Amino acid sequence: MNISKNQVAFEFREVTKTFGKIIANNKISFSVPKGSIRALVGENGAGKSTAMKILFGLYKEDSGEVLVNGQPQHWSSPRDAIKNGIGMVHQHFMLAETATGLDNIILGDENNTLKIPFLPLSLNIIDRKKAKIRIEKIAKKYGLSVPLDIKISKLPVGMQQRIEILKLLYRNADILILDEPTAVLTPHEVEELFTNLKKLKAEGKTIIIVTHKLKEVLSFTDHITIFRSGQVIGNIETHDATEEKIASMMVGRNVNLKPQIPNGTNIKGPVLNLTDVTLKDYKTKDSKRNLLNKINLKVSGGEIVGIAGVEGNGQSDLLDLIFHPQKYFGKKTSQTSSASGEISLLGIDIKHKKSSEMSNLIVGFIPEDRHVDGLLLNMSAEENYILGRHWERKFRIGFLQNISKIKKTVKKEMELYDVRPRNSELLASGFSGGNQQKIIIAREFGKDPNFIVAANPTRGVDIGAIEFIHQRIVEERDKGVGILLISSELDEITTLADRIIVLYEGEIVAEYKRNEANEYQIGLAMCGGLPQEGVRK
Amino acid sequence: MNIIRPIAATIIGLFLGLLVTFFAGENPLNVFLIFATSGFGSTYDFGMTLTYSMPLILTGLSVSMAFKSGLFNIGAEGQLTMGALAAATAGALFTSVPAFIAPIFAGICAALAGGIWGGIAGYLKAKRGAHEVITTIMLNFIAAGIASYVTVYLLKDPNTQNPQTIPISPNYKLETFAFFDSAPVSSALFLSVIVAILVWIFLYRTPLGYEIRAVGSNESAASTACISISKTQILNMFIAGSLAGLVGVGEVLSRAECFKLDFSPGYGFTGIAVAFLARGNPIAIIFSGFLFGALQKGASDLEIFTHNVTSDLSLVLQALIILAVSADGLWEKILSGKKVKL
Ligand SMILES: Nc1ncnc2c1ncn2[C@@H]1O[C@H](COP(=O)(O)OP(=O)(O)OP(=O)(O)O)[C@@H](O)[C@H]1O
Ligand SMILES: [Mg+2]
Repeated sequence: MNISKNQVAFEFREVTKTFGKIIANNKISFSVPKGSIRALVGENGAGKSTAMKILFGLYKEDSGEVLVNGQPQHWSSPRDAIKNGIGMVHQHFMLAETATGLDNIILGDENNTLKIPFLPLSLNIIDRKKAKIRIEKIAKKYGLSVPLDIKISKLPVGMQQRIEILKLLYRNADILILDEPTAVLTPHEVEELFTNLKKLKAEGKTIIIVTHKLKEVLSFTDHITIFRSGQVIGNIETHDATEEKIASMMVGRNVNLKPQIPNGTNIKGPVLNLTDVTLKDYKTKDSKRNLLNKINLKVSGGEIVGIAGVEGNGQSDLLDLIFHPQKYFGKKTSQTSSASGEISLLGIDIKHKKSSEMSNLIVGFIPEDRHVDGLLLNMSAEENYILGRHWERKFRIGFLQNISKIKKTVKKEMELYDVRPRNSELLASGFSGGNQQKIIIAREFGKDPNFIVAANPTRGVDIGAIEFIHQRIVEERDKGVGILLISSELDEITTLADRIIVLYEGEIVAEYKRNEANEYQIGLAMCGGLPQEGVRK
Repeated sequence: MNIIRPIAATIIGLFLGLLVTFFAGENPLNVFLIFATSGFGSTYDFGMTLTYSMPLILTGLSVSMAFKSGLFNIGAEGQLTMGALAAATAGALFTSVPAFIAPIFAGICAALAGGIWGGIAGYLKAKRGAHEVITTIMLNFIAAGIASYVTVYLLKDPNTQNPQTIPISPNYKLETFAFFDSAPVSSALFLSVIVAILVWIFLYRTPLGYEIRAVGSNESAASTACISISKTQILNMFIAGSLAGLVGVGEVLSRAECFKLDFSPGYGFTGIAVAFLARGNPIAIIFSGFLFGALQKGASDLEIFTHNVTSDLSLVLQALIILAVSADGLWEKILSGKKVKL
């Protein structure tokens, strides 16, 4: 393909988009040259996703225009955008969970007609064999190999994402929009993704990625467009940028990206205690190894214990075991897995506790996937704020809810956590990803718990907010709260954790004190590398 | 809430219905006049409209209540049968209950019986994973069987050929208002309206109602927040069943004064339409229940005053309105002037 430097893939001209009173995009203008990788950065709710949804034909701009390949676009749906070579992978994947990768990729594709032999007919039936061959070709070309015949729900997120990308390539997309593609990936998967994107760029494709991870932005993009409160406030070339510079442009003030946090000193008694916990799995017959193997883990009040590990090495199982112990220890042990060992929470043996009994133990929980475990998407911010806290005395008058008190509390919290927009009656689905996360954090910290489990607490959250959330976590620790932090961001763990535990294949393979090991050493342990000095186990 | 769309949908459905009567060989204008006046022509007519509306509001509430936690209650018919049977049995057997408390006692029996009937489906769903649509339909058949066994073998009224139970004792009777002539409108009228308001308060102003809605919104998030899904589902189906069971109060204590086999012209099923038209909003159900009550009354008059239209037309009309309402997205597209692709 023939790309001259000046060819423009698409251009926004004074585009404005409002949702009721909210101005999501305010006269934004910027253009992206063909064959380049562009990052869109900006605080939560700054309007990045909205702009991309306009380009993709999901939203219609109120005023202004969008030009693609020099032509003004008048699309009424993504279907038109796709026809014109634009593809988008959304912040939250949109795959049919129960269908295979192949079916997901060819779903809705219309150019796949089957000629019936000897008849002057061509039916709109999908020729799956042909389709599969084509997909495999594309996959090979870009190094995006995926199992095509396995149900989506059985695939790890990294694979699901590849399928999303394959879907775009299969439709001959020239402009690829990836909304926060790395938020859910492991470091290894992130690297692979970047390699693939670079290959695509070399092919002449234009790539837009929306992200909050400035390191990634610096490592492989060409230009950066910065959003702030619905406006585009600058375009810079990547080689002129530093993390600090981008951060301060985004937020409008200086941000301390690598704060030095001292060890917790207000140490109290244990809040979580696991002794020799083993979780056996019967699902996969041939599996000789356990999901969790002889885990000994103690979290005391006033300390932050970070669990590092590549996703899928037992973190999710550990969480599930802590929050639904009866599923594994109970008399009616489920067929698929069973646990042994001792587990106590806030000094109470919870092996056989039901979920209703667990609710008496006040534990803050920030779940891994906010849409699955954290939010009631079609209910308001207020109703989401009281989830799990709806029986709290202050939110009730006898058997009635104290609505005015709830409203007041939520308004105050939204102020404190800077949730935007400040509309407590807005449905949770109407908030941007990062603001949804803030609602969850406000709720869980507001419980005044003695123990908090935070799984990827800053996933999809902007740097200004990350700073704030980290401060809040440290504040809680200093009050004497015990915190178990699970994160796929090694950065986050080394910054926050007083103690770092490395999980590999369901076992604790290493343990470090703050500043005892660098990220390289931890990274090695995470991949089952040889034990280093300072390793206790 | 957007009130214009359901009203527009109703009018469109009605229009389509009149078109059908035209093809059935009637003058649609004439049919429309009968329809428009039959429900409201006299105090008696109006009373009959109310009589049909009361059970429909309750079954509408029942369906809507279950739907809040994501369950589809097709069993309101069986639940109201059990409720009415319980009210009639109480009225026939416990004759010595004093008059000031007897109707309340019968009402509690009705609610409990309906509640248990709904609760069984809830239990099977929560503990055994049996789909509520299947179980509630099956429970409808079982209720019908029990009802006919009781009316024919156990409590048969010996003074009539009709399959009905012996009359309730007089202290159970609810006085009907003279204002409505002979239409059996009693204080049970207020019951439906008050219950609708209570249901609203329960769902939107109590922690328990909140739990039900939370489960309906996102089971996984609700259970992470320590809400027991199975308890909520059972409770929810119990409440839904008891709402349907309360139909027994009006129908037995003021209308029939006994349990008549097949007294319900499908209130439980029409309740689904009532709930749907009101989009599950308990207050709106008062109005949609009233609308469907008027349709029911109009349809029974059509049968008398026209040659070619039977009361089955009422069903056709209801179906057309439901179709018109559920084609919601379609209206939006038509109104916004976009091309409609089917
Ligand atoms: N469907 C919607 N209805 C109402 N408001 C919306 C809707 N979608 C977005 N908004 C609002 O528009 C603004 C911009 O949202 P957008 O999703 O574009 O932000 P973002 O920059 O992608 O943020 P994040 O980084 O958190 O994903 C926010 O204030 C958001 O609440
Ligand atoms: Mg976004």
